[in-house]
Amino acid sequence: MHPLKWGSTMYSYILRRLLVAIPTILVLIVISFALMFAAPGGPFNAERPLPPDVMANIEARYGLDQPYWKQMFDYTWRVVTAFDFGPSFKYRDKSVNDIIGQGFPVTIVYGGWSFLVAVVVGLGIGILAAIRQNTWIDYLAVGVAIGAQVLPGFVLAPILVLVFTYWLGWLPGGGWNGGEWQYVVMPVIALSTGYLASIARIMRSSMLEVMNSGFIRTARAKGLPMHRIIWRHAMKPALLPVLSYLGPAFVGMITGSVVIDVYFSTGGIGQFFVNSAFHRDYSVIMGITILVGVLTILFNLVVDLLYAWIDPKIRY
Amino acid sequence: MFPDKTVAEGLLDASHLADVQGRSLWKDARIRFFRNKAAVVSFVVLLCIICFCLFGGLIAQFDIETPDFTLSGPNAYLGVPSIDTGHYFGTDDLGRDLYARTVQGTGISMLVGVVGALVAVVVGTLYGAVSGYFGGRTDMLMMRTVDILMSVPYMFVLILMLVIFGRSILLLFIGIGLISWLDMARIARGQTLTIKNKEFVEAAVAIGVRPMTIVIRHIVPNLLGIVVVYSTLLIPGMIITESFISFLGLGVQDPNASLGSLIAKGASQMQYGVLWQLLFPLFFFVVTLFAFFFVGDGLRDALDPKDR
Repeated sequence: MHPLKWGSTMYSYILRRLLVAIPTILVLIVISFALMFAAPGGPFNAERPLPPDVMANIEARYGLDQPYWKQMFDYTWRVVTAFDFGPSFKYRDKSVNDIIGQGFPVTIVYGGWSFLVAVVVGLGIGILAAIRQNTWIDYLAVGVAIGAQVLPGFVLAPILVLVFTYWLGWLPGGGWNGGEWQYVVMPVIALSTGYLASIARIMRSSMLEVMNSGFIRTARAKGLPMHRIIWRHAMKPALLPVLSYLGPAFVGMITGSVVIDVYFSTGGIGQFFVNSAFHRDYSVIMGITILVGVLTILFNLVVDLLYAWIDPKIRY
Repeated sequence: MFPDKTVAEGLLDASHLADVQGRSLWKDARIRFFRNKAAVVSFVVLLCIICFCLFGGLIAQFDIETPDFTLSGPNAYLGVPSIDTGHYFGTDDLGRDLYARTVQGTGISMLVGVVGALVAVVVGTLYGAVSGYFGGRTDMLMMRTVDILMSVPYMFVLILMLVIFGRSILLLFIGIGLISWLDMARIARGQTLTIKNKEFVEAAVAIGVRPMTIVIRHIVPNLLGIVVVYSTLLIPGMIITESFISFLGLGVQDPNASLGSLIAKGASQMQYGVLWQLLFPLFFFVVTLFAFFFVGDGLRDALDPKDR
């Protein structure tokens, strides 16, 4: 393990990355806001128009009577200082924060499990396929990896329900029920399989490359046992390509969770997101979009730091 | 002083021979592509699917939106796929002909994929080539922009757009096109960096060709190989994106169909014993994606100079 130099360069790197993250989030807010204002009609336009003074009251209540730039500034200010996304336009007595607070824990539970399963099982299969190259394990792993590419979550979910709920009757076809394990299994499988397969494929090819390199030959020549070679020597360099895939995988899983929530009625933020999309509840959509954006940026930062920690070639 | 006649003839022969056997990059690639069985089979399958989209409608007995009232009643018995009733793929939950809908759905999904990839190719290649060729501050600014746009969770922004401007196929095209060029720009830039130091570019600079002309005449044509490969691999991603959004009901709207909305419909009906409603669209979805992946892989093997 190479010593991590937490010198001033490292801190300045983190600082610089954070400084880049700020305009990104601002761009996200501005884009969302600009889209909202370009929209024909407001959130309270109904089939039967409200009386003008009622409309004026409602707009004043939600701050929609203010000029465009002021609304955007106020919104941004509230989000940045208080992490407050304002009231929902549809559910009158709920704020966007309430809705996120209700849905997010659910998403975190099955999203976290999916991520864990994808990484651990994916790495395991990848390593196994690499060290048993051209055996049935290898062929099976490659076959599964190719197959999973054409089975995104929204295709896999109905198939799983068909098999495990309708044919075998083992698992409930939807719902959350406080997160009992029967209710978590299928969402996790549907969400993780694609990423599991990708991680396995990437790990297999990078492991093969590492196992053919000179320092591994040396390690074998001096008689180290196989597991020691893999864990102590081959693992770290082979992990690098997988690590840079984790950022996109994280984004994909958050996006995929929308389908999982809708199909399995798990009650995560995805379900609120799509419902709000149908009801034109702008504030909820914006709130969730910005939240996801911030999470993505933070996650990418963590991945980059991990990358720098593992790869000694990276300098700042 | 005159060279020996036989040698001269030999030389003539040899030069003639070289002339005949000279293989261009593209011919070379074609030969290699056709040696790859999976890629060739996928290519044929892809052609069949395109024919199905273009001409499948001709043998459909019904249109996409009129319910067939002669079959009203329990769908599971009467709406089954059969040649006799003319519903080759059965009917959907409203009694509409699933065959005609699958033809249209496959067509729309393919179209989204191809249009998305085209936008990516045109915008991404030009953007990347300009960024890479001019370098320096321009490059930094342009690539930072790409970085920032990339970390935006685009699926959420796309749905936001669909909500705000109303759900339409056109907007879906624009939205998917807008996000698809980012990766392409990066790849094109990377390739440009290696091309711009080649002699022929130097020669062009030396004789005073204007920078934009160099980019379009000399850089972009040399990017084509990698662009072709990448765009074939991009199309399935576009198809998945479109189907994802249509699955949620936010994309293509009834009575029109795409594979995503058909799969969603089939999935919501499968407990009533009408499994064909899920399986036919699913089959076309999976086969199309498989075909694109294998053709893309084959092209990469054929055109990637690293493997020579």
